[in-house]
Amino acid sequence: MSTSVMNHDAHGHEHHDSGSTTLFGFWLYLMTDCLLFASVFATYAVLFMNTAGGPSGHDIFELDYVLIETFALLFSSITYGFAMIGAQRGNQRATLLWLAVTFVLGAVFIGMEVNEFSHLIHEGFGPQRSAFLTAFFSLVGMHGLHVTAGLIWMAVLMLEVKKRGLKPRTVTRVGCLSLFWHFLDVVWICVFTVVYLMGAVS
Amino acid sequence: MSQHEQANHGHDHGVKPYVIGFILAVILTVIPFWLVMDGVLSKGATLWTIVIMAVVQIAVHLKYFLHLSFTTEDGRLNSFTFLFSALIIVLVVGLSVWIIYASNAMMMG
Repeated sequence: MSTSVMNHDAHGHEHHDSGSTTLFGFWLYLMTDCLLFASVFATYAVLFMNTAGGPSGHDIFELDYVLIETFALLFSSITYGFAMIGAQRGNQRATLLWLAVTFVLGAVFIGMEVNEFSHLIHEGFGPQRSAFLTAFFSLVGMHGLHVTAGLIWMAVLMLEVKKRGLKPRTVTRVGCLSLFWHFLDVVWICVFTVVYLMGAVS
Repeated sequence: MSQHEQANHGHDHGVKPYVIGFILAVILTVIPFWLVMDGVLSKGATLWTIVIMAVVQIAVHLKYFLHLSFTTEDGRLNSFTFLFSALIIVLVVGLSVWIIYASNAMMMG
């Protein structure tokens, strides 16, 4: 009897630890991802002036378009926050609804970015045009790939929440994606400031 | 049951921090775009302002969306690992840019 109680306690405690350890482990992964982005930002900072007679940021960036992209991502951050609250409170319907809204906003962001890229490539300003454009497509594209990965993850997670409900493990997964998603919004602040705004100023 | 689940996944922060963070983030996004699009300030002043706004907005996101803090145990762990990464990033980006620009300047001159 007493051992069974102890076992139960030990199990409960272990479980508590594994949830927060998973989140901390995922946070550490994000910190290494920060370094990856930092390296590509450094590359961009070194190469952005080398336009090889092609266009500079000032010539090709449309800031009102970027502002809409930025707002799509910013809105998706707060809607993911609502999904997270829903998951923590065990509200399956709210979690699914807000995850779906977040997914749509993320898809709008990616759709706009793909449109911007195809527009540029169509005009002959593809990544092979100059070192500046190579660095631009690498940096913005890498952020876009991360967001795309986040969208795929979100779709899978919505299926999991729908089929299995909000078990503690599932809530931990919602928590990991929440870190990933908010982290990508933080990286986007750096992208729109360093690439688009600074590019348009100079 | 619900208490058990909450114990497993950090405490419920509620809607408030997200709303505060969102409002601050909107302000800190609109101002730099407006400054650059309307060209209100001189070039140097604009650059400094948008960089400061970005740094502040990153801090807002970290506090209100990613729940970094120095008062809760989990928040502290995340905060210190973030500060360490930030240090490495400043070294990697700052020193790379410094070296390349200095070598460019020397080759020009």
